[in-house]
Amino acid sequence: MQTVFKRTPTLKDCPTHYCPGCGHGIAHRLVCEVIDELGIQSRTIGIAPVGCAVLAYDYFDVDMVEVAHGRAPAVATGMKRTNPDKIVFSYQGDGDLAAIGTAEIIHAAHRAEQLTVVFINNAVFGMTGGQMAPTTMLGQITATTQQGRQADGQGYPLNVSELLAVLPGAIYVERCGLCSPAHIRKAKAALKHAFELQINNAKGLSLVELLSPCPTYWRMTPPDSMLHIQNEMTKVFPFGRIKG
Amino acid sequence: MCGNEAMAEAAIQAGLDAYFGYPITPQNEVTAYMSQRMPEEKRVFVQSESELAAINMVFGAAATGKRTMTSSSSPGISLMQEGISYLAAAELPCVIVNVMRGGPGLGNIAPSQGDYFQSVKGGGHGDYHCIVFGPSSVQEFADIMPLAFDLADKYRTPAIILADGIIGQMMEPVVIPTNSKLTTQNLKLPKKDWALTGADGRKQNIVRSLWLGDGVVEQHNYDLQAKYRQIEKNEIRCEQSDVDDADIVIVAYGICARIARRAAQQAREQGIKVGCIRPITLWPFPSESISKAADKSPIFLVVEMSCGQMVEDVRLAVAGKSPVVFWGRPGGGIVTVEKVLEKIEQLIKKAKK
Ligand SMILES: Cc1ncc(C[n+]2csc(CCOP(=O)(O)OP(=O)(O)O)c2C)c(N)n1
Ligand code: SF4
Ligand SMILES: [Mg+2]
Repeated sequence: MQTVFKRTPTLKDCPTHYCPGCGHGIAHRLVCEVIDELGIQSRTIGIAPVGCAVLAYDYFDVDMVEVAHGRAPAVATGMKRTNPDKIVFSYQGDGDLAAIGTAEIIHAAHRAEQLTVVFINNAVFGMTGGQMAPTTMLGQITATTQQGRQADGQGYPLNVSELLAVLPGAIYVERCGLCSPAHIRKAKAALKHAFELQINNAKGLSLVELLSPCPTYWRMTPPDSMLHIQNEMTKVFPFGRIKG
Repeated sequence: MCGNEAMAEAAIQAGLDAYFGYPITPQNEVTAYMSQRMPEEKRVFVQSESELAAINMVFGAAATGKRTMTSSSSPGISLMQEGISYLAAAELPCVIVNVMRGGPGLGNIAPSQGDYFQSVKGGGHGDYHCIVFGPSSVQEFADIMPLAFDLADKYRTPAIILADGIIGQMMEPVVIPTNSKLTTQNLKLPKKDWALTGADGRKQNIVRSLWLGDGVVEQHNYDLQAKYRQIEKNEIRCEQSDVDDADIVIVAYGICARIARRAAQQAREQGIKVGCIRPITLWPFPSESISKAADKSPIFLVVEMSCGQMVEDVRLAVAGKSPVVFWGRPGGGIVTVEKVLEKIEQLIKKAKK
């Protein structure tokens, strides 16, 4: 019999702790596949965020560090500057990157740090129980916006990728979605490009934003979550290459 | 050279791979010096966007096994407390220099010793300690750097140098220790086989501080405490002078210790028997030396540029065996030899009554 699909070696063989239909698992697999296809497992250092993916090192078979909430780009700076031959990536949620860690990501891009950032936008704080994130959609019900997010008082969804793209130090910014096989293939290509830039010593930061389902706190089935990304989230967070 | 520059050069000579910092008075000489010298040595200098970022850059470099440090002054050190707690938890070696200034709040830029509690009692969240040094001269500020890096590596812990604006700004002749063997001759440093260097042909390394398993963090705390007991056993450093026959023993660190020493000498010339104990490590604290001195029941006079912080540790060490008196000035007020001498004379007069 012919093997048509198998686990890529950098993705560890273990049961997942993520909820059914969660995008983190897909994103983990894509990053691991890219690492293996590029042959960089032995010189990659990954940074796990604070968020649902805090235990990312249980899945990624590369050297990894777990850091304080939002500080990954600063930690990554310390690593990459002292180890320019290593491939350093951070994996961060939207609370981590777009709320508490806004200063760190903007300044890592502003300094043109040679880093790869995987940005998981699921429009909520998953880990702490589904509270509003800066990326939460208007009208979206969360633990801290029980009547739905209102612009008046709670602000508008924050488009961090577009913000970052205006910085000369951000050389590649693309938004993809984990919402259909075709979109997932595109996401993988984007991730691969983001890693390739670092491998080729390109002078600046590359970031791939992945719109990622959180069926648990969106209160939707996994298929509905995928449709929600395609039909609703893309109105505010359109897919495509924003820069580079 | 001023103290800040001497310390910076000593750090470079001690093998510093990377410096990360954000300017703040009275330690701006350090960032300026490092920005020039580190690239000259083909090493890493980054001016960060905040102290929060600086300490996390240190975290990143330390996690890969590099010698790394940051420096700041009181308000900036407050911002670093989150990172220091994570560094202690993840057992990452590094050096943090605090050139203290007047507080609380923005305070002022005058010398102070107001951050003793923050440095020796934790500062960030959780049960942890950092090794803390209190240099009292420009020479010692420089000499401590190789030692601090070595002990940080040996025990896998952050080390803090608690200096003050006077030590940082003062110009004194200084010999830069060019070989770290000077201070740590017999120290065999452990291999950093935990460092993140890429899992090339070995099992994945993970640097972390989160442990969700039942009782794992409890055990991690016991392990940290066991390490702290080792540090207490091996690394206390303190200087004593004329303590044996003293009626008054002054306990002071940093610049206050130098002032106290001079006041003690002048008191001796007047026939008042004064001795001095100068903690060089503030954590671990030289409790035993103080306790021993207390057996002869002198009066302890603790002099600090604060409202009285280290005095609490002196009281704990003395344990009621002797009276403990505090005198000091907070918020940038400078302690002078005359004032300390006056205090000594008062104490003696009162004791004779
Ligand atoms: C300093 C600090 N503040 C708050 C928290 C609590 N906290 C943990 S995860 C999280 C939000 C995570 O959201 P996100 O980054 O979007 O990740 P997700 O779980 O959605 O993947 C928060 C607020 C923390 N760990 N540390
Ligand atoms: S809460 Fe949301 S983000 Fe977290 S594991 Fe569950 S589905 Fe994924
Ligand atoms: Mg999220």
